[in-house]
Amino acid sequence: MEALLTQLPTGLAIGSVLLLAALGLNFTFGQMGVINMAHGEFIMVGAYTAFVLHAWIGLDPATTLLLALPLAFAITGTLGWLLELGLIRHFYGRPLDTLLLTFGIGMILQQAARDLFGAPNVDVPTPTWLTGGITLFDTVRIHHSRLFILALALTAVAALAYYLHRSRPGRQMRAVIHNRDLAATTGINTRKIDATTFFIGSGLAGLAGVALTLIGPTGPTLGTNYIVDAFLVVVIGGLGQLRGTVIAAFALGLLNATVEAWADASLAKLIVFAAIIAFLQARPQGLFTVKTRSLT
Amino acid sequence: MTHTHPTLTRWRGPITFITLLAAALLLLPLLLEPFRLNLLAQYLCYSIVALGIALAWGRGGMLTLGHGVYFGLGAYAMAMHLTLERAAHDPLNTTGLPQFMQVTGATELPLLWQPFTSATFAITTAVLAPAALATLLGWSVFRQRVKGAYFAILNQALAAAFVLLLIGQQHLTGGTNGLTDFPTFAGHDLYTPTAQTTLYTLTVLTLATLYLAFRHLTRSRYGKLLTAIRDAEDRVRYLGHDPTWPKTLAYALSATAAGIAGALFVPIMGIISPTLIGVIPSIMMVLAVAIGGRYSLAGAATGALLINAAQTTFAETFSGTWTYLQGALFVIVIALAPQGLAGLTTTLKNHLTPTPPETTTHPQPHKAHT
Repeated sequence: MEALLTQLPTGLAIGSVLLLAALGLNFTFGQMGVINMAHGEFIMVGAYTAFVLHAWIGLDPATTLLLALPLAFAITGTLGWLLELGLIRHFYGRPLDTLLLTFGIGMILQQAARDLFGAPNVDVPTPTWLTGGITLFDTVRIHHSRLFILALALTAVAALAYYLHRSRPGRQMRAVIHNRDLAATTGINTRKIDATTFFIGSGLAGLAGVALTLIGPTGPTLGTNYIVDAFLVVVIGGLGQLRGTVIAAFALGLLNATVEAWADASLAKLIVFAAIIAFLQARPQGLFTVKTRSLT
Repeated sequence: MTHTHPTLTRWRGPITFITLLAAALLLLPLLLEPFRLNLLAQYLCYSIVALGIALAWGRGGMLTLGHGVYFGLGAYAMAMHLTLERAAHDPLNTTGLPQFMQVTGATELPLLWQPFTSATFAITTAVLAPAALATLLGWSVFRQRVKGAYFAILNQALAAAFVLLLIGQQHLTGGTNGLTDFPTFAGHDLYTPTAQTTLYTLTVLTLATLYLAFRHLTRSRYGKLLTAIRDAEDRVRYLGHDPTWPKTLAYALSATAAGIAGALFVPIMGIISPTLIGVIPSIMMVLAVAIGGRYSLAGAATGALLINAAQTTFAETFSGTWTYLQGALFVIVIALAPQGLAGLTTTLKNHLTPTPPETTTHPQPHKAHT
């Protein structure tokens, strides 16, 4: 129990990053059937945005963080939008092909990062107001930076929920997820909605990247380490809606952290994998699904 | 097959196959120096993996992003045996333990390693362990109709977990360094040109046998069912077939091929380590098949040969540029030639011959099945 408590903050922080990363994946996959393997590299681009602001432009850590968040969202969002515009839209209906295609893009982005910033990891300093922590029950220490990441993720979810349920383009997006053809018949410009979804989803990956600079070092392969888990969140959570993704992200984050504390770190991933396979036996469609009448 | 084919066309396949096989077995060992022959044998191991991926992905529609795991299982089984043989015959080694274990402070052989003193056990494990794991994974997910991208993601997660396990259990697996330096197998020196030629011949024969077996399989009733499941799984269900076992079988066979390739790879390459079998190498195996042609067994095998040859040629001289090129290749092949090199020739042939193309087994890009 104590081990679980001490792992709680780490689990929540990992869960928050996974949540930010998985939200974008979930909506592009749920809406367009596109598996974006370059999503991990968008996370990496987000992290390097913070690095560039600090090391190249020379901003102090606090300004870096606050400026990096909107900037990373805009940069990775634009990258995603360009990717959709230039390549992916030609491959709708071929999910496995988009997977391989975007993996190629990911390779190119990764090598570009290696050429620009070098292969070794770099560090982005944490602002002083995030370096402290609070102690709970004498044993559990929660860093402010972890709390910040959690707050960031929850804010993003709240904003996305508001967008999806209260705004016109958000409701149109949900309509497209439910049934693309019917949505198109009612006059929704599905092409435009697709592009917007890609922009928002990729932008969230950028936020995840900035958040990761608060946890650890930044390197060209940063995204690769998180992308597999982010995809697993999508598999567990179910497609096309927020609820499942939120629950699955935190569940996976906490599961990873606790199993790691309880067993060998190297065994942890395998145990988590077995748990996911077992979970899929009960709920092969994930936690929640958008009910449609199409054959799946 | 219709009977309207001219005799030449009818026999072209077998003649090409036999010519290639004869050239590979008789001519190349004479022409190539031992170093080149060894490299070629390495590439051909990847061709064997490619055959399996082409069966599972091209025919069965199961994109397997984790074949490195099965390749690794075969490779590690073989490497464990070779490591033990080396330890047993090393006069300087008094404990009989593999060197990396002495470093980690082991005093006796771990239980997991003990049966691997037997070559028969090692080889059997190299074949059966991948088959067993693939059957278990395949059956449990296909039964629940988990497919397509979900299946691909699960495969990738398995590869990631497997590599972490190999790195973490250093006292059992040698960690990031893996297992390396295998001077002998069953008392024979592996570094002699004769041994390398024998290994090369064995690889060519394995590749040829598996090619013929898989080719036969894809043309059988079972192969037709598999293709039907790939193109319209629900309709196959309506017709009264349960897709679970046909899919599991194809996936398990594909994993077995990778295991065999891994077992052959180890004495040829002389090393196996986590970096050779992780998420990225697994995707590279798929890239090779995509480039060669996922719907064609011969195309997939050729693709693996070409991409690995290119890898060795370019990766050392300009590694950065090669990565860009690889990424671009992915994009170009998937975008412009989804049927790969093999499909390219079909397309050209269709252009040259005035006869309407017969019904191919190549699917049209079908509607989304998310």
